[in-house]
Amino acid sequence: MLMKKIASAGNRGNRVRSDCFIEIELKSSGGLSIDLKSKVAKIFGKAIRAQIEELTEFYGVKHASVYMEDSGALPFVIYARLECAIQQLIQSEKEFLPDIIPENLSISSRERLRQSRLYLPGNTPSMMINAGIHEPNGIILDLEDSVAPSKKDEARFLVRNALCQVNFYGAERMVRINQLPLGLKDAELLSPHAVQLFLVPKCENPKEIIELEKIVQSTLKKHNIKREIYFMPIIESALGVENAFLIAGASKNVVAMAIGLEDYTADLGVARTPTGEESLYARTRMVNACKAAGIQAIDSVFSDVADMDALRMNVSISKSIGFEGMGCIHPRQIEVIHQEFQPGKEEIEKAKLIVNAFEEAQKKGLGVVALGSKMIDAPVVKRAQRIIDQINK
Amino acid sequence: MNFTKNAANRLIPDSINGENCIPFKGVGKYIPEGRKYAPRISSVANFPSDGNKQVKSLKEALLKAGLKDGMTISTHHHFRNGDFLANMVFDIAHELGIKDLRWFPSASFPCHHHLIKYLEDGTINRIEGSMNGPLGKFASEGGMKGVGVLRSHGGRYQAVQDGEVEIDIAVIGAPTADPFGNANGLQGDSACGLLGFALADSQYADKVIVVTDNMVDFPCIPWQIQGNYVDYTVKIDKLGDPEKIVSGTTQITKSPDRLLLAELTAKFCDAAGIIKDGFSFQSGAGGTSLAVGEYFKSIMKEKNIRARFARGGSNKYLVSMLEEGLVDYILDGQTFDLDGVQSMADNPNHVWTSPFTSYNYHGKGNFAQFVDVVILGATEVDVDFNANVVTHSDGYLLHGIGGWQNCLFSKTVILPVPLFRDRIPVIRDEVTTLCGPGELIDVIVTERGIAINPLRKDLIKAVKNSGLPLKTIRELKDEAERICGIPEPQEYDDDIIAVIKWVDGTVIDAVKKVKK
Repeated sequence: MLMKKIASAGNRGNRVRSDCFIEIELKSSGGLSIDLKSKVAKIFGKAIRAQIEELTEFYGVKHASVYMEDSGALPFVIYARLECAIQQLIQSEKEFLPDIIPENLSISSRERLRQSRLYLPGNTPSMMINAGIHEPNGIILDLEDSVAPSKKDEARFLVRNALCQVNFYGAERMVRINQLPLGLKDAELLSPHAVQLFLVPKCENPKEIIELEKIVQSTLKKHNIKREIYFMPIIESALGVENAFLIAGASKNVVAMAIGLEDYTADLGVARTPTGEESLYARTRMVNACKAAGIQAIDSVFSDVADMDALRMNVSISKSIGFEGMGCIHPRQIEVIHQEFQPGKEEIEKAKLIVNAFEEAQKKGLGVVALGSKMIDAPVVKRAQRIIDQINK
Repeated sequence: MNFTKNAANRLIPDSINGENCIPFKGVGKYIPEGRKYAPRISSVANFPSDGNKQVKSLKEALLKAGLKDGMTISTHHHFRNGDFLANMVFDIAHELGIKDLRWFPSASFPCHHHLIKYLEDGTINRIEGSMNGPLGKFASEGGMKGVGVLRSHGGRYQAVQDGEVEIDIAVIGAPTADPFGNANGLQGDSACGLLGFALADSQYADKVIVVTDNMVDFPCIPWQIQGNYVDYTVKIDKLGDPEKIVSGTTQITKSPDRLLLAELTAKFCDAAGIIKDGFSFQSGAGGTSLAVGEYFKSIMKEKNIRARFARGGSNKYLVSMLEEGLVDYILDGQTFDLDGVQSMADNPNHVWTSPFTSYNYHGKGNFAQFVDVVILGATEVDVDFNANVVTHSDGYLLHGIGGWQNCLFSKTVILPVPLFRDRIPVIRDEVTTLCGPGELIDVIVTERGIAINPLRKDLIKAVKNSGLPLKTIRELKDEAERICGIPEPQEYDDDIIAVIKWVDGTVIDAVKKVKK
């Protein structure tokens, strides 16, 4: 393969923040020359130069000129941009891996709350850094629609480094990979690095999940990592809806399934309306498939970020038909979503009565639970217990 | 240059611009003696009997006022970044070949970058006032011939009153005036609300010129500036660019991170029991501060709480609280938007104040002291809660002090700041420039946690079980450095380019020339 002599990575421009643009030209002699333009040059100039020297040495690049425009990129961003540029210039199997911060060694679980998950464009570091402070249940580093085709490679390095180094303050670390087959490459590169869940976009067939699981398992095995990576397929087409139950059951690691209504309505050839009559079938079918498979049903994002009242309405409908969570495209949506998915006062009171009655019956060794004159079935008790667990969290 | 360590452990020069510096002694420790500065006695016999003091042009007024080398010329920032007047004054001085002027503005803005050439050619020797934007860069790199002096709004009044700065000619831009010199900021194309920053100048300057683009017949009502202090009046075409004088509308930040900061600040105040019936507050006009006000508003509405007064900078959000009966009075220092100007003109409970009533430390009290809570900004805070509001971490002058130092005397001082800005940590081992002593700064709110000054045991106790993310200031500093890296120490030239005055006229810190 013929390698390039000049390569670049990253973003620059007046509106770009917390990012950098790097251009590297390989030379045949003269050592390493660095031209650094940074708005933090006086405060972090030495540290930035040291990173450039560290990376070029790691990849055995001895003679090169490095040009860098920096708008206050954090170290994990600089490493990702440098590595992406260098890897276009030389052939190397090596990966330059930043340490994983202790917070990001946490393990996820099947049942954890996934009411809100915040989408973060995978090539925009400024949006990643403070994502966790808004306390979503999950953050999604997105490699799919929010990343231009020409930026897919550099986004992958950035997302990997963010998974290792950015403290998301307890949010589940999710990555939306690209639609398969490209997504398999994403999964292979990222599986060893602190990711807890993959979102699988435009999923139509259980085979996709099986294929993905195979790659993930073999990658984890190769790196001798013993932890689960969960899957959340996103159903975004008519065919996907028809196959929803099969997809939900395709792997034991499918823990939730989401619906993407923009693409779904496009597939139907209809407009997406605020009241959503056109997708009622798909949504209820999805919920049913999820419940049948014992996983969480997650609703589509709500795209008008300025209208909190409409969002509130949307979430309340969503909850009423059985969804347990929703995507967010703006941090201010998180609180509204949490509030609406939170069980109401009456719901909590009733749940407490049911659980108390159940515990009373257990103590007395009664097989049948009754509240007043009403008999209570086991699933009702289970649901009540979930509500109690949720408010105790 | 000889240096002395002041009570805040900062090295300050013994003298600048040929005058001795009094080192900062500690908060409330320096008690001056003697009498206030007294301007010359005037006689009605020397002024036109019909009260018409109007002259043909600003140039004529300056000549009649005796403009000459080495004088101190004052202007005011009521027109903010839309000001034309200060530039005109020095264009005339330059044209007349005058040198070595001391420019004594109440603040400067980027529109005054026009004056850099006069700082270079010696028309202006130095600025004693805020230096930011292009002027800040120019001064920080050692461009000024003299040493700059930064004072708070209250400190500026104090310096004039005490005779520390003797103003030879005060040029007061007035949106409306009469030929006698009565003036206000409420009416006219250049309406800015009030003229409080020019009060001291009108009272103490040797010569006072009122310049307006809206000359009305006597009497100009209300007379925020009294013509009895005024020597000459001038009518010009335009004082400034109205769109830049007040914004048509102020906007709350849309940044989710800053909204979170504002929300945490308001929640803190609520948990600490500060938001209660009859309380008072001050929150600025920056995007985050406006948002704090809005969160206050929703808490007050929910709990049916009424504030006794709010200290402006007013804006449409504060005005709406006044109109909805959530605050009894706005005591205003400056207005930031058209709604503020309108309200001040129409609503008797929207009161214009001056740095004398609100901020002056050498008076018999000032009302900044009894504001219950004030929300301020800072460029840096150190682990002892000392704060910097004038320089960037690389040493460049960036902001003026404004009323910041004066507001530190309020009962609770809260600084909502991001933990880092563009990779640069805000919480440091030591601030680059000391503007406010930590003993007066109570709470640092960041998006990653809230640190309470250990001196405020009452606040610590009050919010103990609030569920708010409480941390120590060192924990916050460590977290910032873990994310950003440890900032590299800065190297400076030995030259001092400016000093920072404390509210009592002592020198709290000096600003060194940056190495390019």
